[in-house]
Amino acid sequence: MSNHDSMNRRGVLGCMAWAGAGLLWTMSGGVPRSLLLSDAEAATSGFSFVQISDTHIGFNKPANPDPAATMNAAVTRIAALSSQPAFLLHTGDITHLSKPEEFDTAAEIIKGAGSEVHYVPGEHDWLDQGQGFRQRHGQGTKGDGWYSFDSSGVHFIALVNVVNFKAGSLTSLGADQIAWLKDDVSALSASTPIVVFTHIPLWAVYPAWGWATADSMEALANLKRFGSVTVLNGHIHQVLQKVEGNVTFHTAMSTAYPQPAPGAAPSPGPLKVPADKLRSVLGIREVTYLEGQQPLALVDTPLSA
Amino acid sequence: MAWQRILPVAAVAGVGAGLDQQLLLHLGGGVSAAETREVDIDNYTFTPGDLTVPAGTTVTWVNHDETPHTVVAAGDPHAFRSGGLDTDDKFSVTFTKPGIYQYLCTVHPYMTGKVVVK
Repeated sequence: MSNHDSMNRRGVLGCMAWAGAGLLWTMSGGVPRSLLLSDAEAATSGFSFVQISDTHIGFNKPANPDPAATMNAAVTRIAALSSQPAFLLHTGDITHLSKPEEFDTAAEIIKGAGSEVHYVPGEHDWLDQGQGFRQRHGQGTKGDGWYSFDSSGVHFIALVNVVNFKAGSLTSLGADQIAWLKDDVSALSASTPIVVFTHIPLWAVYPAWGWATADSMEALANLKRFGSVTVLNGHIHQVLQKVEGNVTFHTAMSTAYPQPAPGAAPSPGPLKVPADKLRSVLGIREVTYLEGQQPLALVDTPLSA
Repeated sequence: MAWQRILPVAAVAGVGAGLDQQLLLHLGGGVSAAETREVDIDNYTFTPGDLTVPAGTTVTWVNHDETPHTVVAAGDPHAFRSGGLDTDDKFSVTFTKPGIYQYLCTVHPYMTGKVVVK
């Protein structure tokens, strides 16, 4: 991609093709480079974690009649990684309908990864106004479930953007959460690598489908002084990427079903692909941080690889 | 699923699979035997998105999408609020009081509609 400021359609498709091929992404001077996976594996000996997203336990339509099986395949893959991740980030839509049994099934499956899991909710986890999610994953969080933690010198920030829905407008983080964010990072040195994870994109991927957050720029203004900011999200069930200054934005694959490219269908409903192709469009993401090297290395791996 | 009260003026009920949620608004006067109207949810759109009905009409929303949606009155407190409606789930509101009822899908807030009760 030559244009980092606007994600044009060709750029979108190019990113998707790279991700599907299972390449490592590195950022060098703001320019994304891809490496062969074998080279990437040789380079990954640092601290790593895994992002899993949009497991949609409870979905049962033709696009994937058994998302528990594909989530299980993702977890099996995580458990088999050559270097065990420090933890997992689940970027929301754990369940499809916020039902207690869906949360329970997801929790049971994810145990197989053998790692601690940090969650943020998706809008599908908030159909009961967050009761089930908060009961299971809300301990120790602020407000509607936001929090931060540190691991191996990296500061992780979990933001919630599936609560403030108003008619005819985009979702938002809200003033309280942004004020908390400002305070949360105030004492950090500018050299601290920051990883923000949330459900709905913090950049305007496709506002017409709600694939954006109204006050994301206001929130990210608090992170401008940091040398490395990586924003991870789910929600749109496909890999897209954007670089803006020191901030890199990455959307992730789902483990349940794909969704159309922005604007490529009348609505963002589940995309049906032939059954033997499904696992090529589902997957997980491994992120590695090598101390002293600011860019985080991301590997998006489809379940079929 | 048992009846559960969700608002002082309303109650919601659902029955098993193919959930059928009903909600009666007791905002004034009795509910007379009257019309029923349907609003279809297709491709992330309420159809018709602008519906005018006489007081006493029961409006039923039916979700034909493979994605869950909600039907929630705009404003706070919400005059009515469905739970998550899966494919083929229904949600009904009986409107007894004239007024303009704006609503949205809280999962996809660009989906909006209104019911005008005369």
